[in-house]
Amino acid sequence: MAKEIMTTNRAVAEAVKLAKPQVVPVYPITPQTTISEYLAQFVADGDLDAEYIRVESEHSAISATLGASEAGVRVFTATSSQGLMLMHEILFAAAGMRAPIVMADANRAISAPLNIWNDQQDSIAQRDAGWIQLYVENAQEGFDTILQAYRIAEHEEVMLPVMVCLDGFILTHTVEPVDLLEQEEVDTFLKPYVPKFAYLDPERPMSLGNFADPEYYTEARHDMQVAMDKSMEVIKEVGAEFGEKFGREYGLTESYLCEDAEIILVCMGSMASTVRYVVDNLREKGEKVGLLKIRSYRPFPYEEIDEITKNADKLAVLDKNFSFGIGGALFADLKTKCHKETYGFILGLGGRDVVPEYIEEAVELTKNPVKEVTWLGLKEDE
Amino acid sequence: MVSIGCAISEPGSTRKNKTGSWRTFKPILDKEACVDCDNCIMFCPEGCVNKDHDIDYDYCKGCGICKVECPVQAIKMEIE
Repeated sequence: MAKEIMTTNRAVAEAVKLAKPQVVPVYPITPQTTISEYLAQFVADGDLDAEYIRVESEHSAISATLGASEAGVRVFTATSSQGLMLMHEILFAAAGMRAPIVMADANRAISAPLNIWNDQQDSIAQRDAGWIQLYVENAQEGFDTILQAYRIAEHEEVMLPVMVCLDGFILTHTVEPVDLLEQEEVDTFLKPYVPKFAYLDPERPMSLGNFADPEYYTEARHDMQVAMDKSMEVIKEVGAEFGEKFGREYGLTESYLCEDAEIILVCMGSMASTVRYVVDNLREKGEKVGLLKIRSYRPFPYEEIDEITKNADKLAVLDKNFSFGIGGALFADLKTKCHKETYGFILGLGGRDVVPEYIEEAVELTKNPVKEVTWLGLKEDE
Repeated sequence: MVSIGCAISEPGSTRKNKTGSWRTFKPILDKEACVDCDNCIMFCPEGCVNKDHDIDYDYCKGCGICKVECPVQAIKMEIE
C-alpha cells in the first residue's frame, strides 16, 4: 500500500483495526482522544466488528477491558495522563491476572500543576504494574508496534499486558507519512487470538482473579517476573519476524553510531529523532557520540545495553520524567543495572521543547560533569 | 491450581489450600481434663474440632476462642 499522511493516533487506530479486537472499551482524554474517535468511527462504519463500550471513566475502561480479555477475546483500550492514573489499581490486576491486553498511552504530564502537554511521567509512574512498556519514536513505529504488541502479549510464555507509549502531541497530533499494511498482509503475521489458559468458558468453569494467601502470592508474582524475562526474547523474535515480512525490523533497543562512541546518549520515544540529529551534527565536528534508544523499558534490556555500550566511556541519560530525590527513572535503572559512568538529565517536562541545544549541553556536561543529575533549561527566578 | 494468574480450574481449592500456616499459637487439648462439654466444637469459627475433640491443624488458625470458652482450662495455647 502507498504511504499515507497521518498522525500517530490515526496510525495506531489503523493498526488496531487490522488487529481486529472484539471489545474496545475506551474513555476519551487529551491527547489520546482521536484514537477513541477513529475507533468509534470504524465500528460505526462497519470497518471494525467490535463491541465499542462507552464507559464512564478510565477505571471502568480498563476494568471492562480486563473483563473482556478474561472472557477470552482480543481487546484494546487507550488512555493518557490522569486517565492512566485512574487506571492504576486495575493495571496491577490486569498484569497479575495475565490478561494479554494491548493499550496505547499518549504520554502526557501529570497534575499538579495541570498540564496537557507531553512528558513521560504518566507511564513511568506505572512501571512496576507488571506491564510490558514499549516506547515509540514516530507514527510508523506506532503502527508497527501495536501489531507486534498483540503477538508479544498473547505469546503463551508471556501472557502479560503491553502498553504502547506515544509522546503526546509530538506524535499523537503530528502528521507524518506512514506505510500502512493490507489486511491480508497483517493476517499472515497476526492470527486470531485463541485463549489457552485462564478465561471464562461455560464448558470449562473457572474462577479468575482469585484470592491467594501467603502460600501462593509470592510464586504468582515470581511467575510474572519469569514471563517478563521471557518477553525479552519474544519482543526480539516478533520484531525480527515483522522485519522479514514487512521490511522494518525492531528489537529491544535501537543503537546509532554507538560502536566507537565515547559518550552515548540514552533516551526513549520521540526524543530519539532529535538526538539522532544532534549526533549527526556533533559527528561532523569530530565528536564521538552515539544514540541508544530504549524501545522496551519493561522488560529492561540491561544485558543488551551493556553490550552496546561496552566501548563507551560515559552515558548521558535523557529523561522526560523525574523520581524525586533520585533523578530520571531511566537514569536510575541504568545506574542500577549497567556498569558505566552515567549522568542524568531532566528535560521536556510538561511540553517544554526538547531542543538540540539541550542535548548538546547534556554532552558537554557529561564530558565535564558538575553533578550527577542536571535539569536542562531550568529558568532562574524572575 | 492453574498457576497462570492464580486461576482456579476446579472446585474444592480451599481443601487443598491449607490455612493452618497462618497460626502463631497452637491450641493443645488435654483430653484427661476434658469434660466433654463440646464448647470448643460449637465455638470454633473454622469447624476445626471434631466430635472426638481432635483439632484439625491443617486449618486451625490459632484464634484461641476454644481456650477462652473451655470451662475447665483443658486447652492451652503454645507458640508454634
